[in-house]
Amino acid sequence: MTDQVPPPGLYAAREPIFPRRVSGRFRNLKWVIMAVTLGIYYLVPWIRWDRGPELPDQAVLLDLANRRFYFFWIEIWSHEFYFVAGLLIMAGLGLFLFTSALGRVWCGYSCPQTVWTDLFILVERWVEGDRNARLRLHRQEKMDFRKLRLRLTKWSLWLLIAMATGGAWVFYFADAPTLLVDLFTGQAAAVAYITVAVLTATTFVFGGFAREQICIYACPWPRIQGAMMDEDTLTVAYREWRGEPRKHSEAAKTEPMGDCIDCMACVNVCPVGIDIRDGQQMECITCALCIDACDDVMERIGKPRGLIDYLALSDETAERAGAAPRPVWKHVFRPRTILYTALWSAVGIALVVALFVRADIEMTVGAVRNPTFVTLSDGSIRNTYEIRLRNKNNDNRLFRLSVAGDPAVRIDLEGTPYGSVEVPADTSLLQRVYVIAPPGSAPAGEERVDLRFWVEDLTNGDRAYKDSSFIGTGERQ
Amino acid sequence: MTKVPPKQEGDPDTTGHSWDGIEEFDNPMPRWWLWTFYITIIWGVAYTIAYPAWPLVSSATTGMLGYATRGEVAAEIAAAEAANGPINARLAASELTEVAADADLNGYAVSAGAAVYRTWCTQCHGSGAGGAVGYPNLLDNDWLWGGDIENIYLTVAHGIRNEEDDDARYSEMPAFGDILEEEEIAQVAGYVMQLSGGTPPDAEAAAAGAELYADNCSSCHGEAGLGNRDLGAPNLADAIWLYGGDYDTLVETVTWSRYGVMPPWTQRLSEAEIRAVSLYVHQLGGGE
Repeated sequence: MTDQVPPPGLYAAREPIFPRRVSGRFRNLKWVIMAVTLGIYYLVPWIRWDRGPELPDQAVLLDLANRRFYFFWIEIWSHEFYFVAGLLIMAGLGLFLFTSALGRVWCGYSCPQTVWTDLFILVERWVEGDRNARLRLHRQEKMDFRKLRLRLTKWSLWLLIAMATGGAWVFYFADAPTLLVDLFTGQAAAVAYITVAVLTATTFVFGGFAREQICIYACPWPRIQGAMMDEDTLTVAYREWRGEPRKHSEAAKTEPMGDCIDCMACVNVCPVGIDIRDGQQMECITCALCIDACDDVMERIGKPRGLIDYLALSDETAERAGAAPRPVWKHVFRPRTILYTALWSAVGIALVVALFVRADIEMTVGAVRNPTFVTLSDGSIRNTYEIRLRNKNNDNRLFRLSVAGDPAVRIDLEGTPYGSVEVPADTSLLQRVYVIAPPGSAPAGEERVDLRFWVEDLTNGDRAYKDSSFIGTGERQ
Repeated sequence: MTKVPPKQEGDPDTTGHSWDGIEEFDNPMPRWWLWTFYITIIWGVAYTIAYPAWPLVSSATTGMLGYATRGEVAAEIAAAEAANGPINARLAASELTEVAADADLNGYAVSAGAAVYRTWCTQCHGSGAGGAVGYPNLLDNDWLWGGDIENIYLTVAHGIRNEEDDDARYSEMPAFGDILEEEEIAQVAGYVMQLSGGTPPDAEAAAAGAELYADNCSSCHGEAGLGNRDLGAPNLADAIWLYGGDYDTLVETVTWSRYGVMPPWTQRLSEAEIRAVSLYVHQLGGGE
């Protein structure tokens, strides 16, 4: 026991990864997804949407200062934030659905970390060349002029992309054309510059240098996603029973060789630096680039595609025995995914219904109970209410307030002799309202009677109500 | 059972503790941890020198930077006052009756007035301005000295019945205990009760109070008991009683009189603050 292997160190340096260029259907799909997602991210703040003179004309705008969220024809006030909560629940359920059906498909195709890393690798390959050229450059210890030029070019391009990324983020929170000018003339708010700087730094570091380490060490999603996968989940795997024994292996000297020619194409294209032939691994983001790489090789050597493929664990026994795998839809449509789809749709339908039934006119009534009532000089009993009126229309509206419940009571609005008040466009207004019961009337003497406040939009006759109560002296027997 | 690897040459010592055969190496602290620890000690000492820290017998060290939380509050108050300076000047120079038409100024005045009210007025008039026995309710439409904005302003500025301010509202009801007989006081109290629709305990005595009222009370409270705002004489015919409208309280009031006071606020509040709180009170529901 004296020649024990020393225990591994607590810290392992990152093995640099130089993914080779690959083409194929999954690579093409990834290009399309990259173009669409980045296009949405960079361009959406620039879409204009006319809402009339009082409101911003940016199609998607998170107006934090005024607590408004604009999304094309939808406008959400702060007290309606449950719509956003609902969307987040849908996003969560959507992730459950896709993960249980297709494994870490989110990680492989549409996660921002993957998309921007992909973009940064594209730039890297464009500047420094493909895998072998980059490897040579990496191994060249002397920092000569060429290496310096290539490195600086690459880093500058990365930095430009990173700044555009950080810059695009803040446009969602303010009028984009104005903010762009402000940003360049030094007039934008400090928080805008700080946000741009932080996001530029994270994009530059995460996309350029940290890359797969974010997925492996920093991101919690992969750990959570593991709980959603089962034996029917389609995930990227190697048909070991078809490929082995691979070329160059010991077994291949005695047994008939499998389809794997051990060309390392699948390893060379892998952005997380693993060998998929070792089986499913924690690092694998199921980007499917190894499938493209292997299919390409299989085609060239005249073997069927799919040595590396989207496979489900439940097919393994059958496939080993020589049977064909079950069709994809049988893996995708099963109780678990149907349940996730049903939940996802239920939340979605609830949100759409809530969106269509919500009113353009809203009121909340707060009864002022300090003091509970005021006796006026003629013996009338007066209660005070603070009524918040919300006008969600694009123009100023005249709202009339009235009260129902007892014919004896009358309503009086502070600050105006009329029963109506103008609420400016897209704002709320707090109006103090008095309800007066004449001496001897039922409400004046009762301890408490129910009241119903009505508000009517005089422009279109829309009405809404809120219930409250009137407190009297309680002296009536 | 897991085999415990034997100790080797070069292994650090163990801590000497053993739990079910498991021992712990006495490894040195990680260097980064140790340095962080030293830095926090240095930082802690420097901090107590730079900032107020060590308690002394009757005070504490003030620190070399001269920092104080009170100073920070004072700076914040000064900044807020500087920011409000222009609008306060505008309020102080404006015509009181015209403020309500100026939405900006009125909004500021009412908010500022609410703050002044909460600080200086709630002790007597209540946080909801509902008043208390002897302290007028500011929400109703009954005013001893007038309820329009200018009269409210005069009352707030100069107060009621105090000798410090020559412009204070002043009047005094005599204590009729020295002037009238007990029986007569009972008659007057009954009569006054009737004025506002109350039912006195002895209707006959109350009827006899009419003449006594006309002789002794009507000069201030008016023949019909409607009061006189120039003298701050309350309306006796309405439903509102400052001290109570029941028979016993009325007897007490007539016998001993009342002498409610309010301080003049010119000595403590700025012109803008007095105007703000006047406007606030005026819009509470009873302003005229």
